[in-house]
Amino acid sequence: MLQAIGAASVAELFESIPSELRLNRPLAIPPALSEIELTQHAKKLAGKNLGAETATCFLGGGAYDHFIPAVVDSLASRGEFYTSYTPYQPEVSQGNLQVMFEYETLICQLTGMDVSNASLYDGASATVEAALMCLAQNDGRRKVVVPESLHPEYRMCLKTYFQWIGAELVEVATPEGTLDLQAWTNAIDSQTACVILPQPNFFGIVEDLKPFAAAAKSAGASVVACVDAISLGILDKPSNWSADVVVAEGQSLGNPLQYGGPYLGILACREAFVRRLPGRIAGQTIDRSGKRCWVLTLQTREQHIRREKATSNICTNQGLFALRAAIYLSLLGPQGLKETALLCGQKAHYLKQQIASAPRYSIAFDGATWCEFVVRDQSGDVAGTLEYLQSKGILGGIPLGQWYPELSDCFLVAVTEKRTKCELDSYVAALKHLSVGAFVTNA
Amino acid sequence: MRNTKSTQLIFELSRSGRRAHLLPPADVPNVDLGSVLPSGALADAPPPLPELAEGDVVRHFTNLSTLNMSVDTHFYPLGSCTMKYNPKRNERLASLPGLVDVHPYQPESTIQGLLEILWNVQNDFAEISGLPAVSLQPAAGAHGELAALMVAAAHFRKLGQHRPNVLAPDSSHGTNPASAKMAGFETITVKSGANGLVDLNDLRSKVNEKTAVFMITNPSTLGLFDTQIKEIAEIVHSHGGLIYLDGANMNAILGITRPGDFGADMMHYNPHKTFSGPHGGGGPGAGPICVRDFLAPYLPAPTVGRKGDTYYLDQGGSDSVGRVRSFFGNVGVLLRAFFYIRSLGGSGLKEVSENAVLNANYLLSRVRHILPVPHGNRCMHEFVASASTLKKEKGISAMDLAKRLLDFGFHAPTVYFPLTVPEAVMVEPTETESKEMMDAFVEALFRITGESADLLHEAPHTTKISRPDEVTAARKPVMKWTAS
Ligand SMILES: Cc1ncc(COP(=O)(O)O)c(C=O)c1O
Repeated sequence: MLQAIGAASVAELFESIPSELRLNRPLAIPPALSEIELTQHAKKLAGKNLGAETATCFLGGGAYDHFIPAVVDSLASRGEFYTSYTPYQPEVSQGNLQVMFEYETLICQLTGMDVSNASLYDGASATVEAALMCLAQNDGRRKVVVPESLHPEYRMCLKTYFQWIGAELVEVATPEGTLDLQAWTNAIDSQTACVILPQPNFFGIVEDLKPFAAAAKSAGASVVACVDAISLGILDKPSNWSADVVVAEGQSLGNPLQYGGPYLGILACREAFVRRLPGRIAGQTIDRSGKRCWVLTLQTREQHIRREKATSNICTNQGLFALRAAIYLSLLGPQGLKETALLCGQKAHYLKQQIASAPRYSIAFDGATWCEFVVRDQSGDVAGTLEYLQSKGILGGIPLGQWYPELSDCFLVAVTEKRTKCELDSYVAALKHLSVGAFVTNA
Repeated sequence: MRNTKSTQLIFELSRSGRRAHLLPPADVPNVDLGSVLPSGALADAPPPLPELAEGDVVRHFTNLSTLNMSVDTHFYPLGSCTMKYNPKRNERLASLPGLVDVHPYQPESTIQGLLEILWNVQNDFAEISGLPAVSLQPAAGAHGELAALMVAAAHFRKLGQHRPNVLAPDSSHGTNPASAKMAGFETITVKSGANGLVDLNDLRSKVNEKTAVFMITNPSTLGLFDTQIKEIAEIVHSHGGLIYLDGANMNAILGITRPGDFGADMMHYNPHKTFSGPHGGGGPGAGPICVRDFLAPYLPAPTVGRKGDTYYLDQGGSDSVGRVRSFFGNVGVLLRAFFYIRSLGGSGLKEVSENAVLNANYLLSRVRHILPVPHGNRCMHEFVASASTLKKEKGISAMDLAKRLLDFGFHAPTVYFPLTVPEAVMVEPTETESKEMMDAFVEALFRITGESADLLHEAPHTTKISRPDEVTAARKPVMKWTAS
């Protein structure tokens, strides 16, 4: 090959790199491992972690230990799907493009929206992009109003992005875990571009959000719904409570926990917002001979065409996880999704009632919950409670003090369809054990 | 042999009452959730999803997969995308229990092995870049650009300097100016000279005390290493600006030269290109960023720290720009990068770049007899040819070539990017292709340029569909299926 090139050595090919800029030593990176050695090394490191396959996982907070049917892994691990690029050549990407179109339709069916994109990074970045869409749509308005019951990390992301573009995040307190209509209405004004309403909220509470959406609408603001995808098996579509844009973390839809990512940012909207939508969209068309087929469409919104005038900078998205979500939703169907949501809710309800009977613990908020709820440790020793549960092989909850100092005696507990009554009873037994002789400060 | 049903939509295959996934009966006492939850929040009926048997779902998606070209099935010389072989071992190892099933809010004591891996990934990325401070949080290259530009903005805010401008060459990727806009900057385009490198005079005339960052892709999107990089950095630094390196093209320089050593202050990697993360038909990626020490306080948190033998999450200080996403980052992609780096070792990584550059130069040496390559006879990991003569003389465009290559069983190169080359055909073979494969590609290209323009305008001829009507798709968009 060097002969064809007309070079004496491979080193000669790097001549354009000035010699004083070269790295004149080997990289300080450990030597190569064979596949056998690498496998042993990886197993050793993996073995130091306690995963949800070994422990019993009651952690949620935006990422859930739902069941993943074998079909999802099997299909998504086909090389034709996972080793292909973004479908720039539609003739040899009809598989991916059709999957994108089906995914978009499934998301519209789930949310009641008119249009979905083909995915964003995660629930938080989808929430930010939704806010940016509304700021652009309602030009001149610079405020976004959210309750403190919106995921704390999503609120942090909104702040991160807003500080450079002159937008303001208004956070409305939710001391009882739920929104207060008066406080909410007071926070919305003629500068409000949109509100973001979580359903269920970060504390697991389900509210009738219609009056809160209506308050935004009457001030001329748009409504962004931030929902749990599985909950839509039993909860009302956001389109029915006036949402203009819907976002969600799609991890629940057949995607593994893998310590926080890659996940799936779901973003769908009403027709009127479509030109503001960030990211890829697959659309239907016909080919040269009139055959139905799919292409990337409305690309003039995107960075590779419009550069700084694009609706967003997103390029690589989460295609593989949109595929997994499409397979998952196709497997579950309407009845499967509903039954999954019901099972989560019923099991969570049982655990919640049982925990309330352990003397040291109480349920922090009165609001109705679906699969997740907040437990108060009246002794205040949340760390002690969670450590004890961990010693019993239970990942028992997420301490809330890290985000809500006033809830430093509380933790968040999530229950999925995978949890058995036996596991729930073990959880309760552990809390009852901890309650024996507990010093109760404010029972 | 092809299954003709495979282009029916999953919704058209649906039949009322069919089920795939069955759930166990409830083992807890029944409660009527309808009476527990507020009635105004409940759905009358579940969403109208399709209803299918498990076998229907499997056959449908399996058949769809066969309509794709992929690295596993075809040569995929898509320039700027580094479509190298994605080692299967990485898929298996990243799916080990203890890695794939770890919840993002688990206590640190239960994830020491994982944090150890991530700590090592930080160190490896720092070593390869020559930039010591690393955040693994961003979810893709573009997200890394944005995060790093926010870091720059926070740095200048702290210094009390108003620097509203980002400079970027005309050959830069679209994400560069789009990211700059989202970080509150205005982008000013710097021209490339006839040699494809940054036009230093143009740069000098545009850089000033308003310049925050010069975003450069080096090696560039033309596949050239900018020999003037040191001078470029000096010019920008002398005005108090920072150099951002778009690291999409790191596959050419691993272990050979380091961005931190050639003047860059910040960069992102695309581990889904350079470190073999599979592209998944559009994602996932990751966009880890590396910066100089003085910029470290502004990085998104958390990062991984180590005290003695214990690993922990460092939540950063008050100068951090904040979070750019939820949870830690795209860990699944970072794990694959870790396994890739450990499989190759330091010297193996250098060989990756040597072979990537060797392959690209070999391909260049043969392609330039078929299509002119405006920017010289040598390249780094990729090169950009031009079909503009072919277009003038025979009416054959870059698009025609791209489409016809599909008939010969090759994925098309990137076309019409970078914008500075008319009828651009951007070819990146990567190190994992053989000489035989590249020879076959050249022969196909040669045959195609001898074919009639009419035949090419209608190419591809062997794929399931050909030349979809994108204009109508955009003018009257149909973006979801509706029951007729
Ligand atoms: C030169 C260049 N810069 C930036 C990007 C953006 O990276 P990503 O797609 O991971 O967001 C790409 C990838 O397409 C690229 O080729």
